[in-house]
Amino acid sequence: MTETLDGVFRREAGRCTATLIRVLGDIDLAEDAVAEAFAIAAEQWPKRGIPPNPGGWITTTARNRAIDRLRRESTRVDRYIAAYEMHTRDTDPDATPEREALDRFVDVVPDDQLRLMFLCCHPALAADSQVALTLRLLGGLDTGEIASAFLLPEATIAQRLVRAKRKLRDNHAPYRIPDAAELPDRLHAVLASIYLIYTEGHTATAGPALTRVDLSTEAIRFGRVLATLMPDEPEVIGLLALMLLTESRRSSRVDAQGSMVRLADQDRSRWNPNLIDEGHGLVQACLRRNQPGPFQIQAAIAAVHTDAPKAADTDWSQIVALYDQLYAIQPNPVVALNRAVAVGALDGPSAGLDALANVNLDDYQPYHAARADLLARAERNDEAITAYDRAIELTANSAEREFLTRQRQHATSTP
Amino acid sequence: MPQYLLSVWHDEDYVVDFSTPEAQDRVAQVAAFNDELQRSGAWVFAAGLHPASSATVVRSSGGQVSMTDGPYAETKEQMGGFWIIQAADLDVALDLAARGAAASGGPIEVRPMQG
Repeated sequence: MTETLDGVFRREAGRCTATLIRVLGDIDLAEDAVAEAFAIAAEQWPKRGIPPNPGGWITTTARNRAIDRLRRESTRVDRYIAAYEMHTRDTDPDATPEREALDRFVDVVPDDQLRLMFLCCHPALAADSQVALTLRLLGGLDTGEIASAFLLPEATIAQRLVRAKRKLRDNHAPYRIPDAAELPDRLHAVLASIYLIYTEGHTATAGPALTRVDLSTEAIRFGRVLATLMPDEPEVIGLLALMLLTESRRSSRVDAQGSMVRLADQDRSRWNPNLIDEGHGLVQACLRRNQPGPFQIQAAIAAVHTDAPKAADTDWSQIVALYDQLYAIQPNPVVALNRAVAVGALDGPSAGLDALANVNLDDYQPYHAARADLLARAERNDEAITAYDRAIELTANSAEREFLTRQRQHATSTP
Repeated sequence: MPQYLLSVWHDEDYVVDFSTPEAQDRVAQVAAFNDELQRSGAWVFAAGLHPASSATVVRSSGGQVSMTDGPYAETKEQMGGFWIIQAADLDVALDLAARGAAASGGPIEVRPMQG
C-alpha cells in the first residue's frame, strides 16, 4: 500500500464533493455524504487495501449513502429526484450504455471542480466567505483547520460557512461554468480568492510565525488544478507562476531566529530551483501568448528577481518597466508603492521618494516600511524613525515587528 | 421558477422633476426595460413608490393599534421602487438587475423570495 488515506483525502475530497454537489443538487448533503464515505474508507481500507480508483470509490460510496439517506428522509426525495433528472438530461455525451451498465460508477467530470470554484467564489459572496468556502469545499479543510489558519475563533468560520451556503441555496445560485461574456470577471474572482489564500499563508497578518505552510500549499494546489482545467487562460497560468516563484523563496524569508529577512538580504542559495524552473517555464509560456494581465506581470517581476544570482545583479530597469505596465492595467496605490521601491533601487532613494510623493496609503504598513527604508537610505534619519514607528504600530505580525524594530534601531544609531 | 425582489434605492430626499429631459430619458429607459421583462417572461410585477416621507407605520400589539409618521427605517437611503421577477437562477436575476440598474440609474438590491 503506497498511498495513505490522508493522501487520498487531500487529493480527492474536493473533487468528490464537487461531483456530489452536481449529482445531489445540495451542498450540505454532498459534504455529509463525502464525509461518510471517507469514514467507511477509514474502516475498510486498512483491512482490504486501497481500491484501484480511490476517488471513484469514494464518490460512488458517497452517492449510494446519500441515496440511502434520502430514501429514509422522504421529504428530501422530491428535491433529489428533481436534481438528478436535471443532471441526467445534460449527461456526459461520451457516456456509453455499456459503461453505464458495467458499473454503477458516478462519473467524476473534471468540470465539476470548476463549477465548484465558480460557486465558492460567486460575486454575491463577500471575499472572506469565498475564501472560507473554497478551503472548506474544494480543500476539504474542516472548520477548525480554517479557523486556526486565519487565527479566528472556530465559531466565526462556522457561521461564515453556514451563511454563505444558505445564501447560495436561498438565491438558487446555479452550479455552472460562466459563459464567455461573464468569464473574465468571474474568473478574476476565483483567481483573487486563491491568491488571497496564498498571501494569507505567505505573510500571516497576525500571529507569531511569519509563514504558515498549509494555506500557501493549498493555494498552490488550487492553482495547479485550475491550470489543468483551464490551460488556455493566461492569467490562470500567471497566478500559478507567481505563487511558485514566490514560494521558491519561502525558506529564506525567515532566519534561524524566526525573524523576517528582506529580499535583498536573503540567502539565494536556499531558493528552491525546481519551483523557480517551473515558474520560469510558465512565465515564458505567458510571454509567448502575449495577452498580459496583472498576475502574469507580477509573475514576470518575480521571475526577474529569481534571475539574479546576487541582489546587486537585479535588473531593476526591467522591474520598473514591468511595474509601469502593471500600473497601466491596475492604477492603484499599492502598485504605485511597489513601483516606487523599484525606482528607489534603480535610481536611488531620492528618486524613490519622489515616486512615492503622490501615493497615499496611511493605514498600510508596507507603505510606511518602504518609506522608512528610502528615508534612511537618503540619510533623513529623523523622518525615517517616525515612519518606522508608524509601520511598527500597524504591524500585527511579530516577525515583521522584530525586523522593523531592528531597522529603526539602525537608523537611530547612524549619525 | 424562483422569484426575486429587485428593489431600487436612492437618497431619502430624492425628488424627481419629471419635466427635465434627464428624467424623461430615465422614464423611457425604465419603460424599455419593463417591456423587455414582459417580452422575456421574467415580469411578475413592478411599481414606483411615492417618496418615503409619504409612508405611515402601523403597529398592532395586544389588540392596540398605533400609527406613526413613517418611514419605518430611519436611514438615509430608502426604497424608491421595485420589480418582482422570475428567473431560472441567481445569475439570470443578477443579469436582469444589472440592466435594471443601468435603466433606473440607482443601485438595485436583489433578494430571493421564499417558496
